[in-house]
Amino acid sequence: MNIQLPPYKLKVNNLQIMRSSREILSDISFEVNFGEALLLRGANGVGKTSLLMALAGYLHIGQGLIDWQKPIKKDDERDVYEDMFFISHLHAMKENLSLRENLKFWAEVNGSDSAIDDNKIMEALEKAGLAHGADFDALLLSQGQKKRLSLARLLVSRKPIWLLDEPTAALDSEGDKWVASIIDAHLDAGGLIIAATHLDLEMKKNKRIKTIILGVDK
Amino acid sequence: MSFRAFTAIIKRDVKMAMRSFGDGLTLVLFFIMIGVIIPFAVGPNKVLLATIAPGVVWMAAFLSSLLAIDRFFRADFEDGSLLAMRHASISLSTIAFAKLIALWLTTILPLIFATPMLAMMLNMDYELFFRTILSLLVGTPALIAFGGIGAAITVSLKRGGLIAPVLILPLSIPILIFGISAIKTNAGVGVENTAVLFLLGISMLAMVFAPFAIALALKLDQE
Repeated sequence: MNIQLPPYKLKVNNLQIMRSSREILSDISFEVNFGEALLLRGANGVGKTSLLMALAGYLHIGQGLIDWQKPIKKDDERDVYEDMFFISHLHAMKENLSLRENLKFWAEVNGSDSAIDDNKIMEALEKAGLAHGADFDALLLSQGQKKRLSLARLLVSRKPIWLLDEPTAALDSEGDKWVASIIDAHLDAGGLIIAATHLDLEMKKNKRIKTIILGVDK
Repeated sequence: MSFRAFTAIIKRDVKMAMRSFGDGLTLVLFFIMIGVIIPFAVGPNKVLLATIAPGVVWMAAFLSSLLAIDRFFRADFEDGSLLAMRHASISLSTIAFAKLIALWLTTILPLIFATPMLAMMLNMDYELFFRTILSLLVGTPALIAFGGIGAAITVSLKRGGLIAPVLILPLSIPILIFGISAIKTNAGVGVENTAVLFLLGISMLAMVFAPFAIALALKLDQE
């Protein structure tokens, strides 16, 4: 492992999530280190998305603790949420902007450690398999292509924490492989990933992948 | 770096507004329409028209901005952009500030450019016309800021269309009062200049505090 990203750790203890005064999840505990991925599994409606939303700070949690442990650095007032991507089923792409414009916008908003030029955007589009349509309006994309564009955001800005909600939904088998490869590369760089996915991540060093199954009585 | 994110948001909103030109044109036509209807409704009394002109212009601007604010955050809310913006390199309140500026540029500025049409229909003289432009320039940022708060509070409601205007109406009344006194030249010596300063004060305060209120409302919406 060749750590290039700020090493974060996550400790979740005895977490309970309430939405609209209904208990969605309870008694969730796990730990994830930098360079590790946690896969959330479980039936539909069991609370995978809610758990990711709680980790991203969108929800008030009932009980328990979500502890994002920041790498210790002086004069660093960055918010943990700034170092985080949440890729949900909503693609956050504007239909009357081209692919290139959409991706450039998110690169600028999310920040990037190097200059954002057209080459960098095109490179990411190429990796996502969308280079041939870079100047088409996003309106013309299929569901799978929208997902690819949405995931391409991960490549233009570097953030250590990735929260992925069904990252391979609507993708073809090529797409599955691509997602597995960017996840692998991110873990290599010392990133931390929590993903709700049914994708079987076949990796050489699979000790870095943990799985928890939600909604099973202990 | 952060400034790049700030300008990126303004640029994107302006670009999208220019591509869906029809939406902007609707607002401008609505604004002009009010100016066209009034002379027919109250009769062609030139003195009367010039007297009520400031009120008509502000009313038209207020109503047109109400049309615009409902869709202010809606698209970004529905396609997930607002969620993604919570992980941006700038805070949500800074983003709200950028979006307020973009909203002003894309909705109010075209109205100000259309004001000469109203001036013609309402028999304004030059001095009245320039005071109207000044009053709109200084007062409309507050209108947009309050509108933004209303839009942020109601964005998660499926049918929030009419709730936002009701929410922001009480806040907007002082703007209308000062806006109109800033135009009228017969209210008393120096009154209109004081009104301009008051209006400027309201606008600056509103633009400073509204982004925080908007960010708070948007965070609550997501639950």
